[in-house]
Amino acid sequence: MSKEELLKKRYRAEKRFKFYGLTSVILAILFVLFLVNVIFSKGKGAFSRTTISVEVDFNTEKLELKNNPTNEEIQDTDFYDLSIESLLNVYKTKGLKEEKDLIRIFSPDYEIEIKNFIIENKGFLNKTAIIELTASDDIDQLNKGNYPRHLPEERRRISDFQLLIYDKLVEDNKIQKAFNTFLFTNGDSRDPELAGVGGSLLGSFFTIIVTLLLSFPIAILASIYLEEFAPKNRITDFIEININNLAAVPSIVFGLLGLGILLGTFDFPRSTPLVAGITLALMTLPRIIIPCRASLKAVPPSIREGALAVGASKVQSVTHHVVPLAIPGTLSGTIIGLAQALGETAPLILIGMVAFVVDLPSSPVDPSASLPVQVYLWSEQAERGFVEKTSATIMILLTFLITMNAFAVYLRQKFERRWS
Amino acid sequence: MVMTNNKVKIKTEKLDVFYGQKQALKNVNLEIFNREVTALIGPSGCGKSTYIRCINRMNDVIETCKISGSIKIDGQEINNKQIDVVRLRERIGMVFQKPNPFPKSIYDNVAYGPQIHGLADHKDKLDQIVQTSLKKSALWEEVKDRLDEPGTSLSGGQQQRLCIARAISVNPEVILMDEPCSALDPIATAKIEELMEELKKTFTIVIVTHSMAQAVRVSQRTGFFHLGNLIEVDTTDKMFKNPNNKMTQDYITGRFG
Repeated sequence: MSKEELLKKRYRAEKRFKFYGLTSVILAILFVLFLVNVIFSKGKGAFSRTTISVEVDFNTEKLELKNNPTNEEIQDTDFYDLSIESLLNVYKTKGLKEEKDLIRIFSPDYEIEIKNFIIENKGFLNKTAIIELTASDDIDQLNKGNYPRHLPEERRRISDFQLLIYDKLVEDNKIQKAFNTFLFTNGDSRDPELAGVGGSLLGSFFTIIVTLLLSFPIAILASIYLEEFAPKNRITDFIEININNLAAVPSIVFGLLGLGILLGTFDFPRSTPLVAGITLALMTLPRIIIPCRASLKAVPPSIREGALAVGASKVQSVTHHVVPLAIPGTLSGTIIGLAQALGETAPLILIGMVAFVVDLPSSPVDPSASLPVQVYLWSEQAERGFVEKTSATIMILLTFLITMNAFAVYLRQKFERRWS
Repeated sequence: MVMTNNKVKIKTEKLDVFYGQKQALKNVNLEIFNREVTALIGPSGCGKSTYIRCINRMNDVIETCKISGSIKIDGQEINNKQIDVVRLRERIGMVFQKPNPFPKSIYDNVAYGPQIHGLADHKDKLDQIVQTSLKKSALWEEVKDRLDEPGTSLSGGQQQRLCIARAISVNPEVILMDEPCSALDPIATAKIEELMEELKKTFTIVIVTHSMAQAVRVSQRTGFFHLGNLIEVDTTDKMFKNPNNKMTQDYITGRFG
């Protein structure tokens, strides 16, 4: 082959290589866009909820309430009859079946919603108020255009009569769409229109706090000791290899460890962020130690020598000079480790975080769910409402993960120093 | 033996240094005199840096390093476990090949030593130490208006003078310099050499250098190392004009190295 041909061949190879690289990048971007698009289009519905305007006459005599009642007195009063009466006023019905159909277009918590309204707006006592009551899941989906109303009646959960009511309500402008605050404030529920990630948000928050408090100090101290003070011998080599191995152990194994030791031997409270936090801390430890050691190693030895040469002790040279320089790398490694822990599902399932918890946890020892487990729980539900809730939870979880990772990148770039 | 009226500051006898299996210094006997500049020359890997790192025990950092023999400073043995290296390094400062200021302000770079050794009990005293050290290292005029800027923002030569200021801030008796000019341009080198002329009035200086011209310019005494052996040591004048050893002769005339 002549020199010319060889040169041409080399250029061709270069072009080919660039083409392959570019194709893979484009493919990767397309996949990400596709994923985001699917999650977003499915999940965006969960951020709004459908309400139905209902007229309620708060007649204190009928309710058997005193004038100027306290909150407790209202709380103890039976609002059931008033609620049913107000709901039935929405549309003219004949017979028990039609009445039932009408009531079922509302979410089952109507009595509580009416009660809460009057507690917050006492001025409406003895007056008539128009209250926006939450619509049932099926009406909500119908209003969002996700419901197959063209199916024959026996294959739908919404009856023809309910469709009739719905169309009339739409005509009268009594169906409203509002921002779904329930999604963020409520705990889990069997009714999709009432279910929210409030409980799992708090659960994840407590879990991450426990994980951070346990893993960060241990990981930092371990990496400083191993990197700066430990003698280089077989034992430290063995420890180093095992830290790397632990970082590669599947997370479910740590779940088994938590189940066996924390729940089995020590009898810690089941399904709680405390146990989840300890389990995830064990999993996160090696994942924090490795980047911490790398950032300590990246501090040039000349800085250590400079400190030692003016008479600093070993500890002084580490705490005054090496650690401050390693902090950005250490912090970003920690944040990325915690972000991984935040998205972890498998170990939490094993320690019982899959429980159905309605109440919001108020401390790390209350049973609760966590965001990724909530995704798992809702993805198994059949109702359409839970499909969009699942995607919405993924969006919330991804928002947190991306924010944490962006913060890690920011820390790295802001504090990155050049040394000569 | 060269006769001087000067007294011996550092005396090494039968010094052997091993890095693992490799012997880096072989039976080195060397005397370094007070308030003089002693230059150590020799080809790369000959052990001259290893030698000066023994004097302030910087080789302790290297785990595989084994040192045997005697090193006496003012008659006091320092090559034993009882010696507190922190105190020793306060007495013996060091300047490295590559300028290595801390990534902190110019002020903090110089103030660090006095602070950890408790040499200044109040801020004014510390300010004064920083100022004198920077003046002694001929850097004060250039940096007096920007003491809070990072030390790493200075030029290479200024950084090296900052490192000298850092070394003299704790008022040591000896300054060890490990090829302090090899990373610097000729103008910065000239400045440091001028500075050494001044510093040797107060301090004992040991300098490792690759440049024989530099050894001639700055030192009163020169030692020639080769493959871990101290081949010859004498006054610089004699070493470069009329060395006793054939090998020294060959090295300084550029036949090898």
